[in-house]
Amino acid sequence: MTRPDLSEPAPAPDPTGTPVLEVDDLHVEFRTRGGVVNAVNGVSYSLAEGETLAILGESGSGKSVSAQAIMGILDSPPARITGGGIFFQGRDLLTMPEDEQRKVRGPGISMIFQDALSSLNPVYSVGFQIGEMFRAHRGTSRKEAKQHAIELMDRVRIPGARARVNDYPHQFSGGMRQRVMIAMAIALDPRVLIADEPTTALDVTVQAQVMDLLKDLQRDTGMGLILITHDLGVVNEVADNVAVMYAGRIVERGTVDDVFNNPAHPYTDGLMSSVPQVEHKGGRLLPIIGQPPNLAAIPPGCPFHPRCARRRLEADALPGRVCDTDVPPLRLVVPGREAACHYSEEVLGA
Amino acid sequence: MTDRNRRGTAVDQQQADLRHDEVQAGTQTGLDEPDVDVTDARQNSLWSDAWGELKRNPLFWIGSLLALGFVVMALFPSLFARGADPRDCSLANSQGKPSAEHWFGFDQQGCDYLANVVYGARNSLIIGLLAVAVVLVMGILVGAVAGFFGGGVDSLLSRITDIFYALPLVLGALVVLRSGTLGRGVVAVAIALAAFGWMTAMRLVRSQVIAVKSSDYVAAARAMGASNGRILVRHILPNAVAPVLVYTTITIGVLIAAEATLTYLGVGLQRPAISWGLQIDAGQNLLRVSPHLVLFPSLALTLTVMAFVMLGDALRDALDPRQRA
Repeated sequence: MTRPDLSEPAPAPDPTGTPVLEVDDLHVEFRTRGGVVNAVNGVSYSLAEGETLAILGESGSGKSVSAQAIMGILDSPPARITGGGIFFQGRDLLTMPEDEQRKVRGPGISMIFQDALSSLNPVYSVGFQIGEMFRAHRGTSRKEAKQHAIELMDRVRIPGARARVNDYPHQFSGGMRQRVMIAMAIALDPRVLIADEPTTALDVTVQAQVMDLLKDLQRDTGMGLILITHDLGVVNEVADNVAVMYAGRIVERGTVDDVFNNPAHPYTDGLMSSVPQVEHKGGRLLPIIGQPPNLAAIPPGCPFHPRCARRRLEADALPGRVCDTDVPPLRLVVPGREAACHYSEEVLGA
Repeated sequence: MTDRNRRGTAVDQQQADLRHDEVQAGTQTGLDEPDVDVTDARQNSLWSDAWGELKRNPLFWIGSLLALGFVVMALFPSLFARGADPRDCSLANSQGKPSAEHWFGFDQQGCDYLANVVYGARNSLIIGLLAVAVVLVMGILVGAVAGFFGGGVDSLLSRITDIFYALPLVLGALVVLRSGTLGRGVVAVAIALAAFGWMTAMRLVRSQVIAVKSSDYVAAARAMGASNGRILVRHILPNAVAPVLVYTTITIGVLIAAEATLTYLGVGLQRPAISWGLQIDAGQNLLRVSPHLVLFPSLALTLTVMAFVMLGDALRDALDPRQRA
């Protein structure tokens, strides 16, 4: 009996650095009774093979909505993609016929969710649900699908995979459920894995194990990983690059080290100051004042200006760079770093 | 199970050896030493797991034994009638009381009542089961489509359902049967009853489908590239059918009783047809003097309904893994 070798090393990351996933000027809005909510306003990013991109932002910043747009699971209506493109290996998902999209979602791009218990179907055993990936996309027989499921459960380090393949989701602990979810997501060897707050619902010790598992799997398969989170610690540990989102826009982008050590946007700066750090023991934490913007009425100009300590209004602003009227574009500030602030150089220098 | 064990031993041994080698070679973690029966390499499905659960439920066995009894009675009534012919009547015996010779006594026409009740099983079961099957199919089909697609489709189907709701079950069936296009047979009565009895099933399925549709696992399945059909059949319906199964098992009794009402109104089955509905209807006029004429067919009806309610309950429990111990 030949066993399909799932642990075969994936092809090495694309040396040319061609992005495997590109999001280009994506716009998503929700049409509600209370007006149009602009959840995502021109988000662009690209992901190379083997790269880990963290998308960081507070609740309502549009980070999850942009991921849902990629996976085609926006609730529409009320959600609508009103502009932009999502390119997987150069092909636009948004203009593709639906059955073509289904061949990308699952085998090409896959996703794991925050709450693994509610993301698993309660009436099927975990082995059946993992095997279903093979049956749905490759027409594998039940028998082989079960073998694959056991191997995948072993691979995501579920102890006693063979014994537990017929167990149901409610019989697993939170960490194990998330592993089952990960096993489903990596079943077809996707090139991109989107993890939407994968550890938020887990204990701290389990969080570390799950993140380690994701990193190991990424190293083995060379897939690109998009990590959506509001946990700065997780970003610091596992990500290569980070994109910070605010009010449906990317406000800063760069390598994790650069962005964390020397933010170029006042919002990122504020985020870093609000996190306790060992070096500053005993000092006061500085919260960002004010409330996140109402996405149905985003402030004119820079959306962050009402909360920004460095804002410059008419009186002291440079021409064309008035914070409450001119929208700052995402621009290259220093090599390898983009920020959407009129006065990034000052923020960097501070 | 033992059969599978024997068949799978050789294969299992091979796999154990292979695994041992792999662990030695370091290509596998060896975390999973097989410690349960995995010789059945087929995947457990919802239905095979549900069957395993059903087998252990006494409710299921009592229910299916009872139901089987009535089905056999409907198929081969002569086995149960103690040699009496339901149509061999003598007015001398009119309304005779139950005796050792004639367990259920005699009806007004002097016919052996045991034979009548036994021969009535066929028509009553056909009407109950056929009508409920139509109710179940209509309810699931219309409810699932309305709930899943929502929007205009939902509005249209829901309004059509409301129109049927506006007509009471018996009145609607009466109009259909009076029009005569279906005739007056058993099938006609069943269809007439089902046509005005499916709406609650539709509502139940629709509301469940709407609730399940927005669950995370449906979103997850969609994100993993599952098609609409697969999502509906694999993920939504198994999580949405439990309430409607319970409802329809209870409805079997309601429908068999409704047949009696139609008979009373003169549009249901007519003599010389034999059914529990006809018997209960004829007996209720004589309830004071001969209560056994109502008692025995009612008892048969109650036991039939109980059998299907038990089956429905057992099935609902088996389909929900969270109910399992």
